[in-house]
Amino acid sequence: MIILDSGRVIDPANRIDGTRTVLIDGEKIVAVREQAATPAEKLVHTVIDCRGRWVLPGLVDLHVHLREPGEEGKETIASGARAAAAGGITTVIAMPNTRPVCDSAAVARFVAGRGRDAGFARVLPAGAITRGSDGEQLADMAELKEAGCVCVTDDGRPLMAAGVMRRALEYARDLMLPVMVHAEDLSLSGGGAMNEGPVATRLGLPGAPAAAEVAMVQRDLLLAEMTGAHLHVAHVSAAGSVRAIREAKARGVRVTAEATPHHFTLTDEAVAGVPAALGPAGEPYDTNAKMNPPLRSESDRQAVVGALADGIIDAIATDHAPHGPLDKQVEFAHAPNGVIGLETSLSLALALVRAGELPLLRAVERLTVGPARCFSLPYGTLAADAPADVIVLDAEREWKVDPQRFHSRSRNSPFAGWTLRGKVTKTFVAGRLVHEEGPK
Amino acid sequence: MEFPRHLLELETLTRAQIEALLTLASRFKHERARARGGDAARDRRSLLPGRTVVTLFFESSTRTRSSFEVAARALGADVLSFQKEASSVTKGESLEDTVRNLDAIGADALVVRHPAAGAPRLVARAVRASVINAGDGAHEHPTQGLLDALSLRERWGTLEGKTVAIVGDIAHSRVARSNIHCLSKLGARVRVGGPSTLIPAGVEKLGCTVAASLAEALTGADAVMALRIQNERIADARLPGARDYARTWGINARSLAMLPREALVLHPGPVNRGVEMSSDVMEGPRSLVMDQVDSGVAVRMATLALCLRAEVPA
Repeated sequence: MIILDSGRVIDPANRIDGTRTVLIDGEKIVAVREQAATPAEKLVHTVIDCRGRWVLPGLVDLHVHLREPGEEGKETIASGARAAAAGGITTVIAMPNTRPVCDSAAVARFVAGRGRDAGFARVLPAGAITRGSDGEQLADMAELKEAGCVCVTDDGRPLMAAGVMRRALEYARDLMLPVMVHAEDLSLSGGGAMNEGPVATRLGLPGAPAAAEVAMVQRDLLLAEMTGAHLHVAHVSAAGSVRAIREAKARGVRVTAEATPHHFTLTDEAVAGVPAALGPAGEPYDTNAKMNPPLRSESDRQAVVGALADGIIDAIATDHAPHGPLDKQVEFAHAPNGVIGLETSLSLALALVRAGELPLLRAVERLTVGPARCFSLPYGTLAADAPADVIVLDAEREWKVDPQRFHSRSRNSPFAGWTLRGKVTKTFVAGRLVHEEGPK
Repeated sequence: MEFPRHLLELETLTRAQIEALLTLASRFKHERARARGGDAARDRRSLLPGRTVVTLFFESSTRTRSSFEVAARALGADVLSFQKEASSVTKGESLEDTVRNLDAIGADALVVRHPAAGAPRLVARAVRASVINAGDGAHEHPTQGLLDALSLRERWGTLEGKTVAIVGDIAHSRVARSNIHCLSKLGARVRVGGPSTLIPAGVEKLGCTVAASLAEALTGADAVMALRIQNERIADARLPGARDYARTWGINARSLAMLPREALVLHPGPVNRGVEMSSDVMEGPRSLVMDQVDSGVAVRMATLALCLRAEVPA
């Protein structure tokens, strides 16, 4: 047995926040109890002193691009799963926009298998909604589900045809598969490189209005309501989307949603190099501030944070999107979208807590059981008999974000040079120690 | 007063830096006028001898490029010109690699025009040479803003308290942005006007007001600057057509009547006659269009001299 002795256990699934001792046997949690490890236990078991540390369920990240197969120079399943473990993330959902696209059981099994072989975070594949994610014909969803896919999505390629989306939702509903959407009306966002607004105007960059996201969220909520399918809205960035999801949830539509650390931390000012509350000043036209959906205005950011606090947004997900320096060191308009996030997600959520914007228990819930429930996964909880995915955290440790030291193969973080607090010191997946950080 | 080594934008220049540049440009402009008139004028070819100015244009342009080249030669610099198709990284050489090569050749100044906003800044990070932005996407066209200010300053003595209206495609215009920054720093009030489809979100945050009609833009203005309307604006559904635009926002004899009698008319060129400006206005007595071209050479001489730290004798 492994005994995590007398740490501050924060386990929102079981409404625990207090000094507890966590008992792990094999791959499972045995118990979480108030009594510290006994002298007798210390003789027989591996007892880890967690006094002064926080002990949390391993984090669940619903939205991760691992780039394998096809773009292994940017990331591999192993390097991404390793980076996840370092960030305290014990389960990642691997997006299907690989080369080839994960629209068949063969690719899904490959991804899941590589994840098992790597032996870091759990890697669960997401399948495509449409064949090749080209938005026309449905992918073999039953086969994808059988091969281990936990949801379907054409992430990054908005499904513009409402008729296809309707059928996809119906078909996925029969299979009890959530449908994750990257909500963007391409005819509205048309060529936008950042959020439409004063900052884009000043920089002379083409803007994509928030309405491009909101309009598509509205459409998909309507179709989810009509079909009874489970819609999961990826990377919510706009206040209008929050409002639409709030209303839909009140009506009883089956919808869940996620938000990213960059959208709850940064605004479009970051593209102009204006320092955020926590970070140093950057360079104008910083391509590491380019992603889709783009960073929005401060009022959008506040709406997203508010929705994380009250549960309208269920999960924090990174949208970890590795790109190489050759891809990113180009003219802003030509740079690909996306930033990495696995190794900074938890610290940024804690920064939100310290800023008084999000209660601690809510933050941990959005990182653990919140996302797990979105896709009915058995993780993100320290309940007896649950899989022993657990992290130990030095919540006060300050560290400077240096992408050169990331486990990810890519360096495209908008948080380089930031000083953050909270460092994962141990990560257990299925009772096995997969990441350990020495004292500073 | 320190002048920056790169001229990437007017937004970050101080009023003192702009004034210093305009004063020098004004001197060059008068010297050139005297020389054209056959009078003995100071030869400025000793200012940048043996220095190399490279013009690197990723968009076609005749007037800006030739203006820079004439300016560089007038200062005694050697000139190399490159015209390239802008390429994304997937095909061909990256921008950084291209400019590093030119840097290695020995360029002292790189004059860059590029369709992507922010590209000159990327160039400045990659090279040792001074970088001068000759227009980047819809961001800025600093020397255009400066030459407009020079032409106006010479007419008025000062821009303090004057009102300038900029009319047309503000959304896609780097000229508009550089002018808003430059004119407002020099104490003028700037109004922008055009169909809502061509007014970018939050433009008033740059320090201008937005006029809802041509009459509102022109009433009481001391000068109006018309911007070029491009055919793409019809293709991307921002405008129904040239005629409809000319009817509501064109600067012609009829709209000129809304302006005070002594008000001036500018256009950065090239003009679509009969669309954003009628021929009679362009060639009329209030037009500064040809003077702007003259100011352009002088402003570019001053820019090169200051960025390359030439010692200018009085």
